[in-house]
Amino acid sequence: MSTKELKKNNIIENALKLFSTKGFYNTTIPDIAKAMKMSVGNMYNYFASKEELAKYAIKYSTNILAEQLRKINHMDISSKEKIFLFTKLYLENVKNSPEIIEYFLRVYLSNREVFAQGCEGFLCVSEFVTEVMIFLDEGASKGEFREQDFFSAFSMIMGCLGGFAFLSGEKVLDKDLLEYSDNIAENIYRALKSDDET
Amino acid sequence: MMKHKPKIVWLQAITCNGNTHSLLSANPSRFELLLNTFDFFYHPSITTEKTLDDVLNLKEIDFLLLEGAVTSNKQFYQISDSSVTDLLKKVSKKSKYIISVGSCASYGGIHAKFEENSDIKGLQDTLNIVELKKLKQPIINLTGCPVHPEWILQTLFTLKEFGVISLDMQSRPKDIYYGLAHHGCTRNEYFEWKVEAKSFGHKEGCLFYEEGCRGPMTHSNCNRILWNDVNTKTRAGMPCIGCTEFDFPRDNMLETKKNIGIPSEVPFGINKRAYLTITGVAKTFKIDRLNKKLIE
Ligand code: SF4
Ligand code: SF4
Repeated sequence: MSTKELKKNNIIENALKLFSTKGFYNTTIPDIAKAMKMSVGNMYNYFASKEELAKYAIKYSTNILAEQLRKINHMDISSKEKIFLFTKLYLENVKNSPEIIEYFLRVYLSNREVFAQGCEGFLCVSEFVTEVMIFLDEGASKGEFREQDFFSAFSMIMGCLGGFAFLSGEKVLDKDLLEYSDNIAENIYRALKSDDET
Repeated sequence: MMKHKPKIVWLQAITCNGNTHSLLSANPSRFELLLNTFDFFYHPSITTEKTLDDVLNLKEIDFLLLEGAVTSNKQFYQISDSSVTDLLKKVSKKSKYIISVGSCASYGGIHAKFEENSDIKGLQDTLNIVELKKLKQPIINLTGCPVHPEWILQTLFTLKEFGVISLDMQSRPKDIYYGLAHHGCTRNEYFEWKVEAKSFGHKEGCLFYEEGCRGPMTHSNCNRILWNDVNTKTRAGMPCIGCTEFDFPRDNMLETKKNIGIPSEVPFGINKRAYLTITGVAKTFKIDRLNKKLIE
């Protein structure tokens, strides 16, 4: 990675924290520049606008998940084990870098107008969606998952995980987040599994 | 180059006659050229003065063409008291070039699925090529159900002029089978932007995602050398059913096999991950022109 890219990622990481705690509209470029100890003018050398930064940030954060799922997809384990592993990694992300998932829930999903141009549909999250497709396709072709519509299966996984990140963000959970991991994974698995699987 | 008028002998085994019909619907001037250039010595469905005995008495045959699947079991099929296999063994020894015309002759085709007789094969699995001393090239497979008439003509003329034709791994002429049925289909733009056909027979939409089109994984030039010089299945709104490939005929040919909504096979030679990413992105854009009727 070039120094410029490293710097860009560094800005994104700081911006994610601010966006996810203060919200998109309450965060300004000078705020981010301050967190970076950079001049506002220099910030614009990296991102032309706050909207552009927001779009980069969504790609950056979902690509972290995409990479984790890609690694799991390449593993020689059952689809059930993959669900358990991915759920655990996901919840670890929520716990250790809450800003990544919070950004997704509280900025990306809540401020669609910011992402309408250039990030519509799957455009900025396509790498992650592709990994979910590969994961479902393999599970179904091996007979571990039953046949169903892609979107119903997709929302089952992501709705469940996203919902839990939300609960965690709201601090309403009474146990440590990771203690729920196997239960959540089991729920996802049961929703997807073929009738022949135990 | 062959100076004399090369002799063609066309034999038929277990067949529906489809390839013969196809040949007879060749472009008329091309067909005339064929008859003027070659000595079409024998064809069981075409009236000539020659009999099968005349074929057996020939010293040399330039082109032996077989249509239909082969069986050695006389209970199921025989010609003049001999099994197809025996007859072919005799005739093939005299032949310089042997061409399997159609999928059945190439590898048994649909007949090979007949469970009562496990001995139905293609020509290349029947003959022992080492015994064929006169043969100048491996047995050529012209797969297809049926074969396009132009594929027969092109193969014969190439061999007459140049003596060899280069073949792919399946022993099919490369020049005919290098590309895909998808190349030249009038629906390519719909394929790229993932706009699906609403049903069969419409002008709009691509038949890949729902109707089972095998164009992107089938080697043929159907959409470049048109049928009857005017049209093809996919242009007319009928999916390509992959008739030139060795897994033909498959089950449920008018459906796209999917796993949780994701096509289980993607276009030939394309990485599935890359394909899914690109199609997911393409689907995001709604292009008005491609969602309208072409003729209002
Ligand atoms: S209809 Fe078939 S051949 Fe035509 S573009 Fe679609 S997939 Fe390709
Ligand atoms: S379009 Fe496909 S099914 Fe039709 S003739 Fe060509 S290869 Fe065969």
